[in-house]
Amino acid sequence: MSRSAEPSPSLAANPQLREWLDFSVDAVVTIRPGKVEYGQGVWTALAQIAAEELDVGLDQVRVAGVSTSSSPDEGVTSGSRSIQDSGGALRQVCAQVRAAFLAEAAEKLGADPAGLEVARGAAGTGPGQRGLSYWSLDEAALLDRAARLTVPAKSPARWSVAGRSAPRIDLPDKAAGRPRFLHDQVLPGMLFGRVVRPPAPAATLDGVDEAGLPDGVVTHVRDGSFLGVIAESDRVAVAAAERLALAARWTVRESLPDEDDLKGFLLSQPTDDQPVAQRRDAAAAGQVRSTRAAEYTRPFIAHGSMAPSCAIARWDDGDQVSVWSHSQGVFPLRGALATGLGLDPAQVTVHYVEGAGVYGHNAADDAAADAVLLARAVPGRPVRVLWTRPDELSWGPLGSAMLARLSAGQDAAGRIRTWRQDVWSNGFVGRPGIGGEPRLLALSHIAGGTPISATPDGVPSGAMGATRNAVPAYDIPDLEVTRHRLLTMPLRTSSLRSLGAFLNVFAIESFMDELALAAGADPVEFRLAHLRDPRARRVIEEAAAMSGWAARARAGTPGESADGTGFGLAFARYKGVAGYCAAVAEVAAGTSISLRRLWLAVDVGRVINPDGVLNQVEGGAIQSASWALRERVRFDRTRITSVTWESYPILRFTEVPEVAVRIVDAPGEPETGAGELAQGPVAGAIGNAVADAVGARVRDLPLTTEQVTRAIELS
Amino acid sequence: MATVNIRATVNGTERIIECEPDAPLLDVLRQDLGLSGPRFGCGVGLCGACFVLIGGRARSSCDFPAWAAEGQDITTVEGLVQDGALHPVQQAVVDEQAAQCGYCTSGMIISAVGLLHANAAPTEGEVRSALDGNLCRCGSHQRILRAVLRAAARTSPPGARTAVRQEEAR
Repeated sequence: MSRSAEPSPSLAANPQLREWLDFSVDAVVTIRPGKVEYGQGVWTALAQIAAEELDVGLDQVRVAGVSTSSSPDEGVTSGSRSIQDSGGALRQVCAQVRAAFLAEAAEKLGADPAGLEVARGAAGTGPGQRGLSYWSLDEAALLDRAARLTVPAKSPARWSVAGRSAPRIDLPDKAAGRPRFLHDQVLPGMLFGRVVRPPAPAATLDGVDEAGLPDGVVTHVRDGSFLGVIAESDRVAVAAAERLALAARWTVRESLPDEDDLKGFLLSQPTDDQPVAQRRDAAAAGQVRSTRAAEYTRPFIAHGSMAPSCAIARWDDGDQVSVWSHSQGVFPLRGALATGLGLDPAQVTVHYVEGAGVYGHNAADDAAADAVLLARAVPGRPVRVLWTRPDELSWGPLGSAMLARLSAGQDAAGRIRTWRQDVWSNGFVGRPGIGGEPRLLALSHIAGGTPISATPDGVPSGAMGATRNAVPAYDIPDLEVTRHRLLTMPLRTSSLRSLGAFLNVFAIESFMDELALAAGADPVEFRLAHLRDPRARRVIEEAAAMSGWAARARAGTPGESADGTGFGLAFARYKGVAGYCAAVAEVAAGTSISLRRLWLAVDVGRVINPDGVLNQVEGGAIQSASWALRERVRFDRTRITSVTWESYPILRFTEVPEVAVRIVDAPGEPETGAGELAQGPVAGAIGNAVADAVGARVRDLPLTTEQVTRAIELS
Repeated sequence: MATVNIRATVNGTERIIECEPDAPLLDVLRQDLGLSGPRFGCGVGLCGACFVLIGGRARSSCDFPAWAAEGQDITTVEGLVQDGALHPVQQAVVDEQAAQCGYCTSGMIISAVGLLHANAAPTEGEVRSALDGNLCRCGSHQRILRAVLRAAARTSPPGARTAVRQEEAR
């Protein structure tokens, strides 16, 4: 029998079994996770867990939509925690329901519960003897009770549904183009809203000439610097918004830093400085014979979801508002809307409907606030708001620019004895409701609204915010890591996939290669010499083996490859406590830098859906490669200028590498989640491969041809 | 705004659509005809989410004015489904689990079908080039490539690949 490593916090917060599932449809189990599906495949994995523990067919499990009116409050779907939190809760709940069912069935059949089998939700003493099922017993007897952690879940050794690749339940609809996204939703009497955003982050609306709006406009809304229009059709709404944009008069101020000197910006702002980790070893420090220091940066990065954000809202009976949103957290959004509008949370209902993939806190919540403000002008009518692509790329929260300053001391043998790391960044923890503030864009624009304060960053633990993966996993006796969170915020930042880990791992793993080079050591051997954790060593060895590292290491020294190719490896344990990932990259450096191949080995503990893990890691690897090679939010001193896919390019089909992923088996270890594992290691591996190919170190992301050329010239 | 009647064949059915002549075809398909398969992504033909087949060729519909659709044969991703059965490219996307969020999937499928019309046995490089106008943010590219090549292998007549190879060799 198997137990979760820790009880699910989701279950502790929502302990009634009935909150998680019901048997109201014959032969169907409806599960009700509070975590949302946005393409990461989590609902399929959760259905597998439920089917496994209940002994029903996977085809018998339906996943109910997430809503503040009917779902358990599981907070935000983020941080690669759905399998642990929601999966852990469902596993426990379903195991308990099955045990209760068996006890009831045994009593009714006059049989020993241990002698009963359950298959497809029916129990009996053998095939053909299955008269009792979850649907024939009294549902209240099964479900009207609180969770008890004493009922054991199945041992993974007995799994037959979980632990195997199951096809995603949402893909047939998506391949056929069936309506599935919020953007496809049409409610009776629905109107179409568009918002005219200010021309810059620091802008105030002085006035607008409202004459000449096209036929079909229902009304427009002006509240402070919030300006929007509602029309009978989206075409008319778009035309009217364009007209209002031309007719609006704004006072615009320069408020943005110098994009070409992000380092200067990050180092010149007031900061909240917090220790992240500290350990002292004077004896080890005394062995230091050489020291090195280096600085690494990343620019601001945009989410770039394929769909602009969308939301629908409707006000009923004067003071009740219903919202349909693709927010990652319907409960926090409900709270933030209530706070911002002076409502009781009970007056706000938020239903989740899937949008395009999200990779953190994007503009989904902001679109919901837009829809709520516009719909207030037309009670009883639902109003759909769709953002434009330029607004999505410039008004959605961004992943913060960051600087990591590293220094290390090595002994005579090259071993790392001391390590210092200082990280400068705006905060990453800026979702709606954080710190008691609404943190919704439109609510910061309305008259008397709540400005969005500089984003917090959470506990500086090395697992959260800008400190995520800021503490190297290597055995280093004397170490100090410090976070410097900016207290000004010219560009709004919040959670973006892997938070600070992307830059921290890029910095640590680049620096490890620099230290290995100084020690005259092979990068793989050098890492293994500083790592005792067997799981960490295994993923590194596995990735190295997949890529043919040993043969490559014999072939030559960095910068001297005859054909311009380079290899690099990087490793991280996500958050310092979750899944392990090692990546190897192969690049070709000619007139430009091209990424040819990536090999990744991951250890995510027990796996519910192996293909789901592979899909997440492959996708994360390609997205990380896109960030590392291409992406940089562009701006002048007034406004963001990278507002199309031409000015904010992402990796395309002709540019994406081949990706090979291998899951290192660890069935005895708890699940860790897989969605963000690859971000840091892939960036580090590419950086190291570029250095290997060209013999110069590029420390500022993205690794564009221009940056590489500059590094070569400076070396 | 003044409207006109546009006559076009959409998914095999002749339609007369009353709309503004400069309305984007995408909007007409989604709003007026209720076809949600083509997706809005950028509005300026830079991401591929809205691709449809026009006369058998894949192209963006968000920057294609309705008046230019007059007399055209238009196929959306919904129109690829025949008698309830997915098109081989659609089926291959499911078989290869070739998506995450799936928002770009319609456009990808349309581009792939357009490619296979013109080239029944493409190389991987040809598939990459054909899909270069389709952006994917989730990073499902490798799976989509595999799906398109799988669909090509299923649908291309026996020997077509060899014939192409021989053609290339000459």
